[in-house]
Formats: sequence, structure tokens, C-alpha cells
Amino acid sequence: MQQAGKFSSLLQIIVFALSFFVFQPFVHASEEENFNVGEMIMHHIKDAHEWHIAGPEHGGTSIYLPVILYDNGFKVFSSKYFYHGKEVEVAKKLESLSFHYMEGVGPAKGYALYHEEIYKLNKNGELHFVGEHPHNASPTDLSITKNVASLLFGSILILLIMLSVAGFYRKNGAVAPKGLAKFFEPIIVMVRDDIAKANIDKHKYHKYVPYLLTIFFFIWINNMLGLIPIIPGGANLTGNITITLFLAFCTLLVTVFSGNKNYWGHIFWMPGIPVPMKIFMIPIELIGILTKPFALMIRLFANITAGHIIVLALISIIFINKNIAWAGLSVPMALFISVLEILVAFLQGFLFAMLSALFIGAAVEEAHH
Amino acid sequence: MDLILPDFGLLVWTGLVFSLLLFLLAKFAWKPILNAVNAREQKISEALELAEKTKAEMQALKAENDQILKEARAERDQILKEAKEAANGMVEDAKGKAKDEAAKIVESARQTINSEKAAAMAELKNHVASLSLEIAEKVVRQELSSDDKQKALATQLAGEIKMN
Repeated sequence: MQQAGKFSSLLQIIVFALSFFVFQPFVHASEEENFNVGEMIMHHIKDAHEWHIAGPEHGGTSIYLPVILYDNGFKVFSSKYFYHGKEVEVAKKLESLSFHYMEGVGPAKGYALYHEEIYKLNKNGELHFVGEHPHNASPTDLSITKNVASLLFGSILILLIMLSVAGFYRKNGAVAPKGLAKFFEPIIVMVRDDIAKANIDKHKYHKYVPYLLTIFFFIWINNMLGLIPIIPGGANLTGNITITLFLAFCTLLVTVFSGNKNYWGHIFWMPGIPVPMKIFMIPIELIGILTKPFALMIRLFANITAGHIIVLALISIIFINKNIAWAGLSVPMALFISVLEILVAFLQGFLFAMLSALFIGAAVEEAHH
Repeated sequence: MDLILPDFGLLVWTGLVFSLLLFLLAKFAWKPILNAVNAREQKISEALELAEKTKAEMQALKAENDQILKEARAERDQILKEAKEAANGMVEDAKGKAKDEAAKIVESARQTINSEKAAAMAELKNHVASLSLEIAEKVVRQELSSDDKQKALATQLAGEIKMN
């Protein structure tokens, strides 16, 4: 009992320490200007060219990630040439708007960073704003952003875990699993049996198990990494529309290329209904091919982004009220949501793989009339 | 707005990294893991099958043993019964034989006694006859010592013959 009490109080201290460690910039921000919750949250769930660790937003501790631009040849330099560049303010008196952007220095000369987008400076050496957005050309940005770094880290982590699990079986043969293999084997078997075998024809499911396993662990591990508030976690990778778009697109490709005669027959010439209806159903079914992965994309994006937003918003209560006593409310609530998010992290990975298997299963199903 | 717009650079990296990850995992992780799991499942199901078979065999063996035991017991009972019967028979036989023998002995003893008795009687008769003859001789010698007496006897004898 005493041990447990000690542990939980230690945990509380850690949670407090972490929340201050991570959200310290806003203490500084609130001293200078009014604390903007929306802006802070958006900043945290979006991609960046640096990996912010602690301290104020400008001049705090950050890992400056490499910027890779393709603009008449590759240009590679550190993002510190933007973050430590020249801050430029453009004021539009007519619309009472003002924009801040960072002009690159050194190797980043000729480019500017505005809201984590890289633009080419125009002939006058500035960004030209039309409405609220710069009208300048953008180079092809292939930078190792925070999300790319998180993607690489997560992928290497999955690879290391799974290779070590595979190594166990290689060394010990088909025996009862131990250690890491003991933890992951039931999950792997669950994906194979409850996701693949349950939804796909039992003679054809083998082919899709590696894809479903990869997609499940990719989403799950990266969801979990996103819940860790400090580096190497905390990036909103699986809540990024680009990632979910890519994953959904993969499922679309697998489904389309697995589709058999029966599947396409149901799309282009639906059996069992009158001819005018058959023609009428074609566009509906074609749209249906796209809406399924589209729903996958939106579901994962919205769930994970929403989770990050809720945790950040709850922590922000302290900074909105500018009183540490609010931590008594906001920290337990944020902790509760974080624990819930651990469940969501698994659930979303499971759902994505499950629905992918369902779509593939429908595409390879044999006619049974 | 840019929250829901895909980013080209990230898309390129994701495509690259995910494809590589899928390839590496499929080749070096999923294949050996699934193979091992399948092999073990195969092994377990085979072991279970074998256990089931062995159990059935054991049951059959036990039933057989029971049968053998039962038969052995019955046989033993049978043998015991037969032995008892044989023993009884032997005793009966012996008793009968002994009785017969005893009867025979008694019979032969009786015969011997009878013959002995007869012999003794004959001897006695002979003895008595010779004694009587001696006595008669002595009497006759005395009686017939005078003529008168001879006459008187002759008369008497004659008289007796008549009466007979």
C-alpha cells in the first residue's frame, strides 16, 4: 500500500513537472501578450521544421531539423537559419492585419518561413500577402520536418521491436514465447485471426496479413508515440491528414487491385436489379469505392487530432486562468483523457486494419448466389 | 485550412518510409513470426491429437486388461472348483475303495472262520468218532465178555430194531 502511495505521488510530481516542462513557452507568451489557446493548440498539432523541447518559442531549446528544398537542384540546410533568421513584420493598415514571417539567413537566404511554409522571396526580397496568405512561389519542400522525424523514429522502433520478436523465434524455434515476443504474439495473432481471417476468404487471407499487420502496428505505435509529451514523442503524426491520406490510399490500392470479377461485376452491372437501375448504380458504386478509404482517412485524422486538442486544451485551463491552483482540475482531467487516448490509440489502429480487411474481403469474395 | 491539406514533402517521405517498412517487416519480421506461430499451432494441434489418441488407446488397453483380469479370475474360479471337485471325487473314491476293501476283508475273514470252523468241526467229529469207537470197543469188550451178555445184547438190539 505504501509503495503504491509513493508511486502515485511520484507520478503526480512527474505529471506536474512534465506539464510545466512542455508548456513553459506559454507562461512566457502570456507574460508578453494574451495567451491564445487556439493558436497554441494549432501550433502543436501541426507540422514544424523544428522539434521544440522546452523554453520559450523563440530562443528556447529546440532541435533544428534539416530543411531539404528542391529548387533548381537540392538545397540542404538547418532550419535554424529560419528560426534564428530575421523576423519581418508586414502590416496592412487597410485591413488592420499584421503578419510575422521569418526571413532565412545564411544558406536559407532568399527563402522565408511563414506558418511553417517555405516561400521564395520576391524581387523586392519580401513576402507579398494577398488577403491572409502570401502570394509567393514555394519551392518543393522535402524537409525532415517534425512529422518526418517522428515517422522515421516510429518506423525504426517498429522495425527493431518486430525484428527482435522475429529473432526470438529464429533462435528458439516454435516454442512458447517469452519477453517481447510474449507481449506481441497475441496481438499479431489477433490481427491474423480476428482481423484478416474473420473478414477475408479463408483461402486468400494469408496474402493480406503482412499488410494488415504493418498498418495496424504503424498506426498503433505512432498513436502511442504521439501521446508521449516530450521528444521523441508528441508529434501529431497519425493525426496528420497526409499520413492518413497515404494509409487510406494504400488500402484503396490493395482493394482495387485485389478486386475479382465478382467485385467489379457488382460495381458495373449490379445483379438482381432492372437495367435502368443497373446504370443508375454505376456512379454510386464508383463513388463508394472512394468513400470507404475516405472515411478511413477522416476517422483516423479526426480521432487522433481531437485527442491531442483535448489534452492541450485541458492543460491550457491553467494558463488561461493564470493560476496554478487550476492544475488541480486540469491535470487529473488531462490525465484521464490521456489514459482514454491510450485506448483510442489501440482502437483506431484496430479499426483501420479491421475496415481495410473488410474492404479487401468484399473485393475478393466469390459469388454465392 | 492547411490542417486538412496534405503536404507534398510529408507524403513523399511517408510513401518512402512506409513502403520500406512494409517490405522489411514482411520479409524479416512477419514471415518468420507467422511461420513460427503456425508451426507451433500445428505442433500443438498434433500433440493434442496424439494425446487424444493415446487416451483412447489407454482406455482400450485398460478395457483389455480388465477383460483379461476378469477372464483370469473366472479361470481361477473354474480351476479351484474343478480341483475341489477332483479332491472330493478322490476322497469319495478312496472311501468307496476302503469300504469295498473292508467288506472284502470281512468276507474273506468270515470265509476263513467258516472253513476253520468246518475243519475244526470235522476234526472234532473225527476225534469224537474215534473216541466213541474206542469207548464202544471198550464197552463192547466188557459187555461181550460172556455169552449171556452177548445174547442179552443181541436180543435187546433186536428189540430195538423192531421198535424202530
